[in-house]
Amino acid sequence: MTWLRKNVVVIAGLLTLAYMILPNIVVMVFSFNKPNGRFNYSWQQFSLDAWKDPCGVADMCESLTLSLQLAAWATVGAVVLGTMIAFALVRYRFRARGAINSLIFLPMAMPEVVMAASLLTLFLNMGIELGFWTVLIAHIMFCLSFVVTAVKARVMSMDPRLEEAARDLYAGPAQTFLRVTLPIAAPGIAAGALLAFALSFDDFIITNFNAGSTVTFPMFVWGSAQRGTPVQINVIGTAMFVLAVLIVVAGQIITNRRKKTATA
Amino acid sequence: MTENTTGGDVRLTGISKTYGSFTAVHPLDLTVPQGSFFALLGASGCGKTTTLRMIAGLEDPSTGTIFLGDRDVTDLPPYKRPVNTVFQSYALFPHMDISENIAFGLRRRGIKSVKKQVDDMLELVQLGDKARHKPHQLSGGQQQRVAVARALINHPQVLLLDEPLGALDLKLRRQMQLELKRIQTEVGITFVHVTHDQEEAMTMADQVAVMNGGRVEQLGAPADLYENPRTTFVANFLGTSNLIEAEVVETGSGSADVVVTAGGGKLRLPGDRCTDAVRQGGKLLVGVRPEKISLAHADDAGSIADGRNRVTGRIVDSSFIGVSTQYVVNSPAGAELQVYEQNVERDARLRPGAEVVLHWNPAHTFGLDAAQDIDAGVETVEDAA
Repeated sequence: MTWLRKNVVVIAGLLTLAYMILPNIVVMVFSFNKPNGRFNYSWQQFSLDAWKDPCGVADMCESLTLSLQLAAWATVGAVVLGTMIAFALVRYRFRARGAINSLIFLPMAMPEVVMAASLLTLFLNMGIELGFWTVLIAHIMFCLSFVVTAVKARVMSMDPRLEEAARDLYAGPAQTFLRVTLPIAAPGIAAGALLAFALSFDDFIITNFNAGSTVTFPMFVWGSAQRGTPVQINVIGTAMFVLAVLIVVAGQIITNRRKKTATA
Repeated sequence: MTENTTGGDVRLTGISKTYGSFTAVHPLDLTVPQGSFFALLGASGCGKTTTLRMIAGLEDPSTGTIFLGDRDVTDLPPYKRPVNTVFQSYALFPHMDISENIAFGLRRRGIKSVKKQVDDMLELVQLGDKARHKPHQLSGGQQQRVAVARALINHPQVLLLDEPLGALDLKLRRQMQLELKRIQTEVGITFVHVTHDQEEAMTMADQVAVMNGGRVEQLGAPADLYENPRTTFVANFLGTSNLIEAEVVETGSGSADVVVTAGGGKLRLPGDRCTDAVRQGGKLLVGVRPEKISLAHADDAGSIADGRNRVTGRIVDSSFIGVSTQYVVNSPAGAELQVYEQNVERDARLRPGAEVVLHWNPAHTFGLDAAQDIDAGVETVEDAA
């Protein structure tokens, strides 16, 4: 009884972790399956077939490349615009600043389906052909809010005297920005960029409405789920998961090492 | 960059700063002699920091001109002025280690080999073993010294210090005061030091400008300001003063004594220690510092030497603080007069309730214009501390 009382937090934590990680484990396990028929829903036997030929499914790797490109460009666009907006909102007092501050949150709060439908209406009315560019514009738009939020938090906690000190120490405006402002805002910008990439990469609803005939990876998965799910989807999913975990772990190791060398 | 020629003074002429309808600094003229340790002293919001920031170029003056030596720098941006600042919060770059922080100014001016100079600076501020540390790993006092080193390595014509000791505890502050003074003597650069701590200003500076409400109230050497305050603000802000409202009965001419009455008694003071012309029947504020006053029990009143100013009263409070005892005395001339007595030969009869005579040398008395607020600058000292 006392043992249980002592460890209740640990047990609850482990259960929550299991709850979050179990779906990923299932995806991973089934990437080694050799399904009987078109659907990869029941375990048959172990096989490396899918891992040996990840692009063996028609059009899947094309859609994956497209999604990665979209995510990369959406991240660049959202980070550049979002960082500038965040600085403007924190540093300057101008008319409608309050209104912009709350408007920025709108894409986060609005139901995606509504936003997708209204964007489609907008594009159709303007006579813009649906495709890569409409999807990119849509992605930059909804990623922007997340970047602004992440960068704003960082800029707000930044001491404006640091930039004054830089100017006082012979750094012109450009040098001040490159040597002091940007490095200090970098963690916020990086967090915003990671969020933007992830959000853009797996967005389905808005993309589906505005993609026209282009097919992104989430759309491909959705489409194939109607007809049968190739094991390769699990392979890609597992690879993405492992990659993400590796990036996080590497980041942790680097910060830990930096802390250690600094104290030594 | 430190040229040992005369004319390296900092000269402010008609400098002022207004924000909308609020005037932070009224037009002021100020000359900081080259190589001196100059303090701008005042309570928060008196315009001292704004003045400093205008010299640094971080604030554009609304009117006036700033000269460094013969050069007009009013329109130069901060990164083109041969002036460096030590900020109140130190403003060390958190993403750089100590030696990179110190090298920052040199690198921005395109100097490649900085190691020797950085090492010398670390030596000067006694932080040689901390070169690879990040700012957050250092204590407040160490960060403060890095901030000084980062500014001094550039050999500025003037070093500006904005309340650099404000964030340190009392003991460390005393230590750093001596340290800064040592560094200033060693490098011989003009220091302009902004502070609200009158003790700090007096111990460190050669010259002190006392500021109040965006104006310079009085400028001078610390001892001169202390002995000859010209306004009630300076009298109260710099140390403590007993100010007594009095009426002039005899105007002295030249150095002859002015005689006034206060609370029924007569007091004398040198005519040349009055800030304004005295008129017969006019009002005057008579001031005397608490440590100049001696205290005698009323029974001993007869043994007080002739020619001394006397005020009778009753002790209402006394507090023993080691080297001295501070008495508060109520008298017909004024309430709550402060008296500091050295604890040499303590008179056991001097207890709250005792009738006493306060006496002092008339030469230690000063006279101020009675039209001023008698309490100006009193509470601000406590607020700021």
